[in-house]
Amino acid sequence: MTPTYSPKEMMICLAARQMCDGTTAFIGVGVPMLAAALAMRTVAPNLVPIFEFGGTGALLKRLPRAVGEARTFHRAVAATGICDIMETAARGFIDYGFLGAAQIDPYGNVNTTVIGDHDHPSVRLPGSGGANDVGSLCWVTIIILPHERRRFVPRLDFLTTPGYLSGPNARKAAGLPERTGPIRVISTLAMMGFDRASGRMMLLATHPGVTIEEVLDNTGFDLLIPPEGVGVNAPPTAEELRILREEVDPERIYL
Amino acid sequence: MAAQEPPASSATVVTPDGDRAPGMAQREAMRILARGQGELIQPPDLEAFREWNRIHKPRALIDKRMSEHEAIARFVHDGDYIATELYGMVRGPMSLAREIVRQGKRRLRIAGQGVLELDLWLAAGLVEKIDHTYIGLEMYGISKALRRAVESGQIKTLVEWSNAAIAWRFKAAAMGVPFIPVRSMLGSDTFKYSAAIAVECPFTGQAVCLLPALIVDVALIHVHRADCYGNAQIDGITGFAAELARAAKRLIISTEKIVPTDEIRRYPERTIIPYYLVDAVVHAPFGAHPGEMAYEYCMDEPAIQEWVEASATAEGAQAYLERYVYGVRSHEEYLALIGEKRLAELRAGAEGRE
Repeated sequence: MTPTYSPKEMMICLAARQMCDGTTAFIGVGVPMLAAALAMRTVAPNLVPIFEFGGTGALLKRLPRAVGEARTFHRAVAATGICDIMETAARGFIDYGFLGAAQIDPYGNVNTTVIGDHDHPSVRLPGSGGANDVGSLCWVTIIILPHERRRFVPRLDFLTTPGYLSGPNARKAAGLPERTGPIRVISTLAMMGFDRASGRMMLLATHPGVTIEEVLDNTGFDLLIPPEGVGVNAPPTAEELRILREEVDPERIYL
Repeated sequence: MAAQEPPASSATVVTPDGDRAPGMAQREAMRILARGQGELIQPPDLEAFREWNRIHKPRALIDKRMSEHEAIARFVHDGDYIATELYGMVRGPMSLAREIVRQGKRRLRIAGQGVLELDLWLAAGLVEKIDHTYIGLEMYGISKALRRAVESGQIKTLVEWSNAAIAWRFKAAAMGVPFIPVRSMLGSDTFKYSAAIAVECPFTGQAVCLLPALIVDVALIHVHRADCYGNAQIDGITGFAAELARAAKRLIISTEKIVPTDEIRRYPERTIIPYYLVDAVVHAPFGAHPGEMAYEYCMDEPAIQEWVEASATAEGAQAYLERYVYGVRSHEEYLALIGEKRLAELRAGAEGRE
């Protein structure tokens, strides 16, 4: 029997499964923290979580609620500062980066700055924070957001953080490090990747019980469909859910 | 001495309107690829900074202990450019931030990397211009105080940067150089609405982003321990304290503990901020409340939640300020309001080192 789970738990499990053992991951507040903590108890026991204000290699026995709090460097291997962490990313030492988004476009560019015009916004959002640096400097990024038409837009109100910008060679032309960019978008409905030739977003697999039409209806631009077809993501296993609920977030801070 | 070979690039300096810059016509130089359209709120003046550091920063060991009230009254002025470190949830200089509100400093220009502390200033209407990277409430959501201040037009100028960009701008100032080349922000609207400049690197030919040094009028940093002269030490992550302390014309340190200089001398490698950078030392136990202080006390989540809920409306935010800021005369009175019992619980809740 398949256990019941929330869309958030589905996203966390999928994000955790993307991580390889023995890699480094730039972790932000929320779902990425849970995904990293789950990955460290399942597929990637030697994952090194890195937090923007200096925490490096914490064991994540207790879930952080803020990117600078003591839990981000409790029993860590190093506690440095933001310049060191961002420079570590710039030197090519950080494999994965996670991003949230208010809006995303077909090239995986992300907006977390404003809805509406920059100088006269209808909604002022928090801003880049470390997101622009993560999206510029980590080897690959994974973007996690709710799947809604108003969020998956053909054109962003504001390009806070670069995905593939306007196409496959645009990052290099802009001066960003080569062979970097988003590899996955994990939403409440599906998991997307990117077409190497065009840099455009492609539907890889829907969540169990979600139809392709439902995904397309909730996306404000044309999602590419791979020639080999669209798969279905495996639901969270009972073991993943147990770890998540009992070990990762027993206080139910995020779940 | 051998004659300098000219660089390989044949590009010449071109001003934004297409004219050759005066006096530069015959010189080889970096080619400007793009300019951010944001205002350079605090243009770096390195000679003035050196001169300031020569004249206004005594090398003598002077006892700089004073109250929050005296430190803010003496060293913070209307219109100043101010930066805080780390941020409101974590080792933020909250007792100093509240004192700034209490004294009603106006037309502040700020480095916008913050959570609760900048929220208080925005809610109190103290801020005019922001070099912005992140103002929000982390897991508690977006800042309603920021939304009201920006969407109403109260903030006159808001210039975008990334988090690393702000820290690297402090680093450039700390290095005593006018700018620092980095590989963030390129190709984005974050760049377009910043005051950065993208150039063709004269060494590699690749596009690179130049960030102007950011020398602040006043910096506020909360630390674990300091001596009376300002030699300051931080436990755990150091955020951007080292860079900001060296990028400030005036530096106010608040500290959990005042320790004898002998203790500083026993572990000099832990001194992240040497005394000569410091103008004021404020003894502020629980100075980061309601945020946490690593190994000392944990976050006061209900107290943070109280601000989150109060700040949902302008009236709620004012009522909060009345109770916790204007309604008390000092940090000591604020702590009395929080209560000894609660403070003891927060101390007990700190994560240890095991």
